[in-house]
Amino acid sequence: MTLAEILAGLFPEGHAVTVADGLILGHGPRPGGGRVHVLGIAEGTPLGIDGALALAGRVLAIARSGDGAPILMPIDSASQRMSRRDELLGLNEYLAHLAKALMLAEAAGHPTLGLLYGRSAAGAFIATALATARLVALPGAHPEVMDLPSMARVTKLSLDVLTQMARATPVFAPGLDNLVQTGAIGAIWDPQRPLAEQMEASLAASHPGGDDRDRLGAERGGRPRAAAIAERVAAQVAGRA
Amino acid sequence: MTPAFEPEALSWYEGSARQRIAALVDPGSFREAVGPEERATSPHLALFDLPEQFDDGMIVGQAAFKGTPILVAAQEGRFMGGAVGEVHGAKLVGLLRAAKSLALDVLVLFDTGGVRLQEANAGETAIAEIMRAVVEARLSGSRVVGLIGGRSGCYGGGGLIAGCCSALLVTEQGRIGVTGPEVIETNRGVEEFDARDRALVWRTMGGKHRYLIGGADRYVDDGPEAFRAAVRDVLAAPGRLDLATLDAEQARLERRLARFGAARDATDIWSALGVAEAPAVPGLSTQAFRAVALGRESAHDAR
Amino acid sequence: MERLSYTLSAPIPAGGTKPRAIVGVVASGNLEVLLERALAPDLCTVEIATAAHGFAEIWAAVVADFVARRAAGGLRIAINDGGARPDTVALRLAQGARLIAGDAA
Repeated sequence: MTLAEILAGLFPEGHAVTVADGLILGHGPRPGGGRVHVLGIAEGTPLGIDGALALAGRVLAIARSGDGAPILMPIDSASQRMSRRDELLGLNEYLAHLAKALMLAEAAGHPTLGLLYGRSAAGAFIATALATARLVALPGAHPEVMDLPSMARVTKLSLDVLTQMARATPVFAPGLDNLVQTGAIGAIWDPQRPLAEQMEASLAASHPGGDDRDRLGAERGGRPRAAAIAERVAAQVAGRA
Repeated sequence: MTPAFEPEALSWYEGSARQRIAALVDPGSFREAVGPEERATSPHLALFDLPEQFDDGMIVGQAAFKGTPILVAAQEGRFMGGAVGEVHGAKLVGLLRAAKSLALDVLVLFDTGGVRLQEANAGETAIAEIMRAVVEARLSGSRVVGLIGGRSGCYGGGGLIAGCCSALLVTEQGRIGVTGPEVIETNRGVEEFDARDRALVWRTMGGKHRYLIGGADRYVDDGPEAFRAAVRDVLAAPGRLDLATLDAEQARLERRLARFGAARDATDIWSALGVAEAPAVPGLSTQAFRAVALGRESAHDAR
Repeated sequence: MERLSYTLSAPIPAGGTKPRAIVGVVASGNLEVLLERALAPDLCTVEIATAAHGFAEIWAAVVADFVARRAAGGLRIAINDGGARPDTVALRLAQGARLIAGDAA
């Protein structure tokens, strides 16, 4: 689905969402009154220091407003912008700042919902969609940690070998289903059903136990050990304290 | 016979994760959780016919620091480059969740190239969980302090986790970044970044540069005494995380972009910060460097 | 990975009372050695997982030499190996035996 189709589905009565320089900014009405803030990344744009700062500034303004309105974050991005300038100026701080802003807005009463509708990778993914309270995706979305040529360079395995392994090894291979299995993506929306209803349902879903991604990863088989290990560490530390 | 391990003589850069912990906290106080005897190894490395390590390169537990209980995590940068896999990440998640429930501060001894690509999806998800756990621990009052001076630096998701910490301590050798030099070169070409130019790597991502632009809070020598003194300092600060903190961080990151956004090289930035002989900075001793760094951008706890 | 396992009678019991010790890291040319006080004082077992295939004879010799000459009785030893040379293996085993006996490694 294109962003325009998605926005039309989310807000059948119209919206005030625009895209500029690859960033999505605006808001739309909720069926029962009130609004949803919409901010994200479009057109497969890489996320650099400038974009991260613009998004974070908007998130903090929303948190300050105290309107309690949810934040929807549609994402179709590349990875973090890979450049000498971004690293020189401290990209890690800019991306972390955006992630913290999202989590602080959530703590201040703004439910946050990520919507992966295209590509995303690595630092751009971590700082945006993966920093929301819930993350859903549309079919056809394609998240990846790192593209295979970069992986080949880092792992010193040939691109051919990596391509072969990517087909057979879900824990490492790019793709939507693989990140559903780890628990990173909570659910995949059905494009045949009204998106507005699905958004309301996702926003209403509560989080009784906080971050439940490791538990989901265990249930779905994508991360067989993470939940048990985290629980065991916490229990051992608490038991001795 | 090898000489006995002398904690005070440890080079942070050369040392192992276990040696760093032993040298940092009160002697004999560290108690590991899910230690190597539990053999909590990666379930994924065998697919690549790669050797496992009994602690999966992450050592976590509790200790005393100057007599006060504290939690500690350390990455072993020589095992898989300190990369974050499923088990490695989950151990830190568990420790941070314990920090929140026990209201304890946490020291994270970073040494990582980022996500472990052989288990990339699990590692990336773990990074997201760790960042959330850091933020939640901080929101409930814990300080999370990052110590960076290992051979693998603090890259990829490690750099993002570091950016969520309440304070960062860095040595000259401690590089902090998101995209490592090799990956920039692979994607953008050697004209964009020559990964073999070590001097370029150090001045773009190294500890001195990060300290000068406010990307780290303390610049320390490569040994446990220097790290201990700096940890004591930052644990005395509030380390709060609230809307005011992030508003201040927004302002300082906007200011950095406005002041230095057009800089081509780190030396341009250092000159703008009032360093008279910017090209000489990499060769300066700690004392001489601190003297020329007085005009640096400070984060002033806005992180 | 190649997995090797040895059970030897050990003439010298491990000193000290520490339940376990660990030395080394798994990296190219390096290894980790986990020692646990878990057996009768005249026995020693060594389990090895190594990235370098085809060196069983050398492992057998290094392990036999270690158990014959060092205080290894009662120890269950587990090794993850990143392709270390025999002298590095012998060094780590000796460090491990000293560490579990209570001396610094």
